[in-house]
Amino acid sequence: MSDIDRPKDPRDTRAPDKVAHFVSDAPFDPDVEVVLTEEQERYYMASQWKLMWWKLRRHKIAVGAGVFLLLMYLIAAFAEVVAPYELQHRDVRHIYAPPQSVHMFHEGSLVGPFVYGYTSKRDPETLEKIYTPDTTKVHRIRFFCAGGYRGAEYEFWGLFTGDFHLFCPEGTREPVFLLGTDRLGRDMFSRIVYGARISLTIGLIGIILSFALGIGIGGLAGFYGGWVDNVVQRVIEVLKSFPRLPLWMALSAALPAKWSPILIYFGITLILALLDWPSLARAVRSKLLSLREEDFAVAASLMGASTKRIIGKHLVPSFASHLIASASLAIPEMILGETALSFLGLGLRPPVTSWGVLLNEAQNIQVVVLYPWLMAPMIPVILVILAFNFLGDGLRDAADPYK
Amino acid sequence: MLRYIAHRLLLMIPTLLAVSALVFLIIQLPPGDYLETLIAEMQSRGEAVDENQIAALREAYGLDKSPVEQYFAWLFGMLQGDFGWSFEHNRPVSELIGQRILLTFVVTFSTIMFIWIVSFVIGTYVATRQYSVSDHIATLIGYLGLATPNFLLALVLMYLANQWFDTSIGGIMDDEYRNQPWSIDKMLSVLEHLWIPVIVIGTSGTAGMIRRLRANLLDELQKQYVVTGRAKGLPPRKLLWKYPLRMAINPFIADIGSILPEVISGSAVVAVVLNLDITGRMLLDALRAQDMFLAGSFLMFLALLVVIGTLLSDLALAALDPRIRLGGGATR
Repeated sequence: MSDIDRPKDPRDTRAPDKVAHFVSDAPFDPDVEVVLTEEQERYYMASQWKLMWWKLRRHKIAVGAGVFLLLMYLIAAFAEVVAPYELQHRDVRHIYAPPQSVHMFHEGSLVGPFVYGYTSKRDPETLEKIYTPDTTKVHRIRFFCAGGYRGAEYEFWGLFTGDFHLFCPEGTREPVFLLGTDRLGRDMFSRIVYGARISLTIGLIGIILSFALGIGIGGLAGFYGGWVDNVVQRVIEVLKSFPRLPLWMALSAALPAKWSPILIYFGITLILALLDWPSLARAVRSKLLSLREEDFAVAASLMGASTKRIIGKHLVPSFASHLIASASLAIPEMILGETALSFLGLGLRPPVTSWGVLLNEAQNIQVVVLYPWLMAPMIPVILVILAFNFLGDGLRDAADPYK
Repeated sequence: MLRYIAHRLLLMIPTLLAVSALVFLIIQLPPGDYLETLIAEMQSRGEAVDENQIAALREAYGLDKSPVEQYFAWLFGMLQGDFGWSFEHNRPVSELIGQRILLTFVVTFSTIMFIWIVSFVIGTYVATRQYSVSDHIATLIGYLGLATPNFLLALVLMYLANQWFDTSIGGIMDDEYRNQPWSIDKMLSVLEHLWIPVIVIGTSGTAGMIRRLRANLLDELQKQYVVTGRAKGLPPRKLLWKYPLRMAINPFIADIGSILPEVISGSAVVAVVLNLDITGRMLLDALRAQDMFLAGSFLMFLALLVVIGTLLSDLALAALDPRIRLGGGATR
C-alpha cells in the first residue's frame, strides 16, 4: 500500500499539507471493467450461424468454390438460355465437327469475338469427313440475341417457348460449336449445359433422401440405444463392408428396362442414397450420444423440458452445421456415382442427358482418339467435384466456430 | 490376443451371412430370371419353345424352388466350392472367375502397396516442409487426385498414351498369354502391365492418405516430447523417425477398412475402361444378362475381400495397440 491510499489519521499532525485521500465523484459503475468494445460486443452477441459465416468468409478458396457452384446451379437452372442450341437439335452437315476456337482479331483488326467457319472434305481412303477452320469465313458471335436460326427454339422448363439466348451464331446457317459436335451432329457445349441440370440435381435430391434416411435411422439408434442401436450398427457395418460401385451397378442393373427415363432418374437417385446414408447415420448417432451428456442438455432436462424439445431445440441445432458440412462432402460422391453408372451404361438413359451419359459416348478408345472433344464433359465433372470438396472443407472448419 | 482373434473371427460369420443374403436379394431383384430372357430370345427368333425342356432346365438349376430354398442351396454350394452355373457362358462359375479373382487380388494388393509407399514418402516430405512450395504443389495435386474419377483418369491416360507414344496401355497382360496356364513369362507380362491400373486406381486413395498423414504428422511434431527432443539435441532425422512418424502412420492400417472398398470399387470401373481381365467387364455383362450365379459370386467375392482385409487390419491394429487388444477404449 502506498502512502496516498492510507486513511488519514486525525491525530497525525506531522504533515498537514500531505495530499488528502482521493474520492472520485463519478457515479459508481461495477461493470466498468467488463464493458466491451463495439467489436467484441458484436462478436460475443453474434449467433452461431453468424460466427460460422464469418469464419467461412475468411476461407477464401471455400468462398470461391461456393460462388462457382452457385454459378453452375444458375447455369443449370437457365440451361435453355445459356446453351445456344436446343438439347436434341441435330446439324446433319456437321457430324463430329471439332471445337471452334474463339478469336478476337482478324487480319490484324479487331472484330470482336468470332469463329472461323468450317471447310470439310472427305478423306479419300477412310471416307472420314475432315473439318478444317476456313480463315476466310468470319462468323461473329452475337450476345443476348433472339434466335433466328435452326435449333434456337426451346421450351423453357417445358412451360413456354422462347428463343432468347446468351449468345448465338451470326447467320442462319453457319453454326457456332465451341466444343464440337457428337456423332449425330449435336452441339457438345449445349449438351454439357443441359447435362448440368441432371448431374447437379441428382446430387441434391440424393442428399435429401440420404439425409432423411440417415437422420431418421441414426436418430433412432442414438435416441433409443439398446437393441435398436445394435441392429442399426450391424446393418451399417454390413453396408460399409461392401464396395460401393459394384453394389450400385448391381442395383441399377435391377431397374426394370420398361421404366420411363424419369422413373429411372428417381430410381438411380434412390439407389445412390441407399448406400450413402450409413456414414451420415453413424455421425448423427454418435453426435446424439455425446451431446445427450452435455451440461446444457442435462440442464434442459432438469428444467423439465420434454425429450422432443431437447432434441429439436438443443441437440439438433448444435450438430446441424456438422451435418451440412458432411452433406457438401457427400454430394460430389453421388455425382461421381451417377457419372460412373451412366458412363458404364447402367445409369440414366437417353434422352435424359447427364455428364455421365455424354461420357458414355467416349467409352471406346478408338472413338476418343479420333474425336477427343467427346471427353469434354469430364472438365465440369472434375471442377464441380473439386469445388464441392473445397466448400465442404471450408464448411467443416467453420462448423465449430467456438474452437 | 488369441481371444481377440477368435472374437473377431466369430464376428465375421454373421457379417458374411448378412452380406450373402444381401447379394442374393440383389441378384434376385430383377423380375424374371435368365430362363425367361432365354425364352423371350428364342421366341423372337421364331424358334419353338419346348415347355418340357424349359421345365427340365428350371428344375436342373433349382429355379422352380422358393427363393429361400434357392438361397440356402446357393450358400451351401458356395461353402463346398460350388459357385453355381453360368447361363451366359454355359460353364461352371468357378471355372470362369478363378483367374479373374486372382488377378483382382493382385491388382488390389499392389494398389494398397502403392498407396502406402507413395503417400508415406510424399506425406513425410511435405509435412516436414509445411507451407513450402512443394507442400502447396502436393496439396494441389492431392485435391486434383481426389476430385478426378479414376475411370476418367484411365480414359485420359489411354488417350495420351495413344497420342504421344502410339501404344495401347490397356489390358493386364499381353494378348498371347490370355488363355494360357500360368508361367513365368505370363507373370512377367502381368507385372509389366500392372503399373498403369495400379496408378489409376490408387491415385485418389493416395491423395487422401497423403492428406491424413500430413495432418497427423504435423499434429505430432507440435507436441512437447518433440520439442524436448529437439532441445536435448537429437539429430533431426532421429527426432522424426523415433516416435512422431510411428504415431502418424496409424491410418495406414486403421483406414484399410475404408480404402479397400474404394480400391475395389475403382478397379471395377477402371477394368472396363482399360479392358483388364479382372472382375469389371464380366461382372457388368453378368449383371446385364441376369446371369445371377456369376454376378452373385463376383459380388460375394468382392465383399469377402473387403471383410478379410478389414479383419487383417483390425488384427494388425490390435497387435500394435494394446488398448484395443485388451478391450479398453478403442481409439480410432
